[in-house]
Amino acid sequence: MSDRKIYGLLAEFRTPEDLTAAVRRARAAGYRRIDAFSPFPIEELAEALHLHERKLPVIVLIGGLVGCVAGFLLQYYASVISYPLNVGGKPDNSWPSFIPVAFELTILFAAFSAVIGMLRLNSLPMPYHPLFNSRRFSLATSTAFFLCIEAADRQFDRNATANFLKELGPVGVSEVEE
Amino acid sequence: MRDALESGQPAPRETAELVGPGYTYGSLTEKLASIVLTPRTPRGWLVGFTIAFTFVMILLYAVGYLFVRGVGIFGINVPVGWGFDIINFVWWIGIGHAGTLISAILLLFRQQWRTSINRFAEAMTLFAVACAALYPILHLGRPWFAYWLTPYPNTMGMWPQFRSPLVWDVFAISTYGTVSLLFWYVGLIPDAATLRDRSTSRLGRIFYGIVAMGWRGSARHWHRYETAYLLLAGLSTPLVVSVHSIVSLDFASGILPGWHTTIFPPYFVAGAVYSGFAMVLCLIIPIRRFYGLQDFVTLRHLDNMGKVMLASGLIVAYGYLMEAFMSWYSGSEYEAFMMYNRVAGPYAPLYWALIGANVVIPQALWWKRVRINSALLFVVAFCINIGMWLERFVIIVTSLHRDFLPSSWEMYYPTIWDWATFLGTIGLFLSLLFLFIRLLPMISIFEMRALLPKPEAE
Repeated sequence: MSDRKIYGLLAEFRTPEDLTAAVRRARAAGYRRIDAFSPFPIEELAEALHLHERKLPVIVLIGGLVGCVAGFLLQYYASVISYPLNVGGKPDNSWPSFIPVAFELTILFAAFSAVIGMLRLNSLPMPYHPLFNSRRFSLATSTAFFLCIEAADRQFDRNATANFLKELGPVGVSEVEE
Repeated sequence: MRDALESGQPAPRETAELVGPGYTYGSLTEKLASIVLTPRTPRGWLVGFTIAFTFVMILLYAVGYLFVRGVGIFGINVPVGWGFDIINFVWWIGIGHAGTLISAILLLFRQQWRTSINRFAEAMTLFAVACAALYPILHLGRPWFAYWLTPYPNTMGMWPQFRSPLVWDVFAISTYGTVSLLFWYVGLIPDAATLRDRSTSRLGRIFYGIVAMGWRGSARHWHRYETAYLLLAGLSTPLVVSVHSIVSLDFASGILPGWHTTIFPPYFVAGAVYSGFAMVLCLIIPIRRFYGLQDFVTLRHLDNMGKVMLASGLIVAYGYLMEAFMSWYSGSEYEAFMMYNRVAGPYAPLYWALIGANVVIPQALWWKRVRINSALLFVVAFCINIGMWLERFVIIVTSLHRDFLPSSWEMYYPTIWDWATFLGTIGLFLSLLFLFIRLLPMISIFEMRALLPKPEAE
């Protein structure tokens, strides 16, 4: 092993079940800076990694409310304050007819919040990531399942962690350069 | 039921019918990604794209001529102020609805069969909305002032009139287009990462790398991704219902006989789903054959889509019945005359063709043998597409051409420019679809992987 600083250790697995089992054992062994990579979402993985973050729905709710209020105020300002226009004798603030536009803007803002919120929470776009240095890692988007224990983990030890990973029955274990 | 399936093999699990037997993560990814990543463009693709693109040129010519001469080149007149423009607008926007229905509503209902057709249907939605959005702009008379429809502080001191359904339309269509694009793009991110990692060309890696935005398939990312996807589906569902409802209000808030009815919003939404599924089938049946995708878009998919089409078709038929009933029950002589004029007036052949194509022929879908016969299903779907177009023609033209005062009656005939614009948008739609099929995976690869019954890595 070289002396170069590494990002972490990467273990490759054959099936989602193997990966989930490995994640559970790594958690049980006390590792916390770990992440799992799979070519499709696996429900058990989120559980095994103890992912309980629920920020996104709140962000979307706030986005939707902002859209709704902004949509209504826009119409109110235009039709009542800035440019009152008598249409068929309706009151300036004919709020029932402002519902469709307010509704559409609710959806629009909420949808943007969902997408931008998801990307920002995931720190995407991220063109470079140390994991892309690993040659095998390109399979993470098609056939292979990976477990990564980062060097930043408090328990991380280059040799001990590598041995630990090898015990989990991976296809292979490799170092990821920084 | 299963004996009739193409594979002829017993299907032990629910998902097995949705994907052909014997696929692994690797072979499935390879099969779907290779359609895009192969450097060889199929000859059939080139021929198809060339034909479609020719029609885009016709569209550009027609639109250019429209800009020079104005809307006088169309067959519209007084009182028929809305001709092909609005017919085609409503037709296209309706077609788009199937994409959102498949991708959002079926996701919320956990219908796994949506998986192999949702990406394609969403793309179809986007392109149909793009075609639809052209028409209201083109029919403005002064299309270069289309931006006046948006609310922005201006030196004229004026604002859009927010009590008008036409302004609601602007918001509905633009929101619908934007949200559909977001939904489609979010679905594409993991697959773009797959293509980035599998592409052998530098250009491909750069292009798909940008689209994928550095996606790595991290469990943390997937966790948020799935939440976002579900939320988008939840948002799109009321949106798609609102869009065609608002389009129908363009008519329903007018006082014309035949338009001024409360049944329009639900009836338009059902019609939209109906025509959208018909269009999905018309496109997917030839494509699945051409690219050999029978293992992914199986007969079970065709069967299910046939059923949705039948159900929505029955709602539409109920709408026709209620229109006729209400024109009598309302006691309004104008409503009664409108109906009489529809079934026996100068446009009566179109009305009866519409009933034939939208109500009579689709009854064939009651038979499973028709639903799983791709050729027959294609014919039925094609008839429905024509029928739905005729429906919009009948609604718009028969109500307008003979309204209250016989002194202002007039016949409407489309001109060559109407046809050129219509065929042109079909060309635009197909050209965009061809490009999509060549450049992006038309079947969601990552969702298909999750459907595979038992993981067998190579």
